[in-house]
Amino acid sequence: MSKNHHEKIEKSVGLLGIFTVIAISFGTLVQITPLMFMEETNQPIDGLKPYTALQMEGRDIFIREGCTNCHSQMIRPFRAEVERYGHYSVAGESVWEHPFLWGSKRTGPDLARVGERYSDDWHYAHLMDPRSVVPQSNMPGYPWLDSNILDGKHTARKLEIFRGFGVPYTDEDIAGAVDAVKGKTEMEALIAYLQSLGTALK
Amino acid sequence: MSSFWSAWIIVLTLPVLIGCFILLRWNLTNYVGVPEDETTGHEVDGLEEVNNPLPKWWTYMFYGTLIWSVFYLAAYPGLGNWPGFLNWTSSNQGIKNLEESRAAVLQAKAEGKTVQLDIENEVAAATYGPVFQQFANRDVLDLAYDADALKIGQRLFLQNCALCHGSDARGQRGYPNLTDNDWLYGGSPDKIKETLLYGRRAAMPGWGAALGEQGIKEMTAYVLSLSGRTVNDQLASAGKAKFGMCAACHGADGKGSVAHNLPFGAPNLTNNIWLYGGTAAAIEETLIQGRYGVMPAFKDTLGEDKVHILTAYVYRLSNPEDLR
Repeated sequence: MSKNHHEKIEKSVGLLGIFTVIAISFGTLVQITPLMFMEETNQPIDGLKPYTALQMEGRDIFIREGCTNCHSQMIRPFRAEVERYGHYSVAGESVWEHPFLWGSKRTGPDLARVGERYSDDWHYAHLMDPRSVVPQSNMPGYPWLDSNILDGKHTARKLEIFRGFGVPYTDEDIAGAVDAVKGKTEMEALIAYLQSLGTALK
Repeated sequence: MSSFWSAWIIVLTLPVLIGCFILLRWNLTNYVGVPEDETTGHEVDGLEEVNNPLPKWWTYMFYGTLIWSVFYLAAYPGLGNWPGFLNWTSSNQGIKNLEESRAAVLQAKAEGKTVQLDIENEVAAATYGPVFQQFANRDVLDLAYDADALKIGQRLFLQNCALCHGSDARGQRGYPNLTDNDWLYGGSPDKIKETLLYGRRAAMPGWGAALGEQGIKEMTAYVLSLSGRTVNDQLASAGKAKFGMCAACHGADGKGSVAHNLPFGAPNLTNNIWLYGGTAAAIEETLIQGRYGVMPAFKDTLGEDKVHILTAYVYRLSNPEDLR
């Protein structure tokens, strides 16, 4: 009846679906694919260190307790943020993060550079009962972290998996992983993790 | 970005834009042989199908976004390595350390590049810098009784210090009260400023192993007796005999570093002000484990000018007007 070839797409849901996926994939190909292979986004910054076994366990506790629901780890390049949190985050800081924990929600402050900002004692008091140090805080307390003891059952495996992602762990790191965390509390692990955040660019 | 990825982005982006344009033109063409806005002849239950064109507002908006995309990609960084004719970027990315970051700011400026963050910082420095400078040129003792300086100082305090020392500056366990006249490192404007600029790192070693269980009990009794508490005299005098090792920092009389002009930050043990609690149990804990308080340095975070104003605010906390 007509030369309207577009009609074929309009009348076939399957064809429409295929072309939709193709159309959307251009965004991925342009915006995401290059970042996965570009040198600028894959080179660690100077002084970036892989997480120690204890910090790695702490990171998993950070994820487990849902800290990212309220805390981002991404300082955007705006003066207001840089004045409060420190140097804006750069790609080279996240090359060994799998997955990264940039987050997108800030009920509490950004934690990208909280490392070495407060003492371990402060973190301990704050995690046990946030209001003991910040009366206005609405953060929940995490006192159970202090009584949960790590057994290090999966620690070596975690480091191995990260080595598979390209994080430079040595055989000694992996062999010593269990002993490095065994008997430590989850609290110690989490504090060790927090104290490491953002310190390579400080 | 390597030229491969640059080309990759350009080769994918431009055809998509052209494709969007062709798709739009294609769908604006009338193929059905019925003039626009007239019935196609299909009718069900009195409802007619009309050959409606794409809405005009929608069509023009589509054209608008296409024109915008051309302008945007020409003006801003988007097409691979093309920096855009405005030479604008949000920040200096790709830096590997702080030196490179600082160098990038200068380099971008020399190249006449518009870096949003650098410009924001420059504008702020030009706007607020002179204000802080004005205060920084005045004496701390003068600022401590200046309403404007105190207002700024309070803001700085609430944003940076209240986290540990409390919004009322009265401190808490492990974090000193700043409103009394008991100082660990000295309460003169110079000393306060030094503390703020460079931070402090206290180191009270743990004596658990050296003193043993009985030794800790004796020392606790003696330390308590220093501030006039009632203790077991026998234990206290045994503790006193060993106080020599404490005297190096706290002074032979236990009056602390400041009283003896020592730089250790060891508290005065005779005034019944306790940083980690003054119960026998708390003192035992301190003796066994040691204490390692940390005051962070604010030189890089705030800069000297702001620290100067903050010094005045902190000084004023324990030096009210009527004692001037």
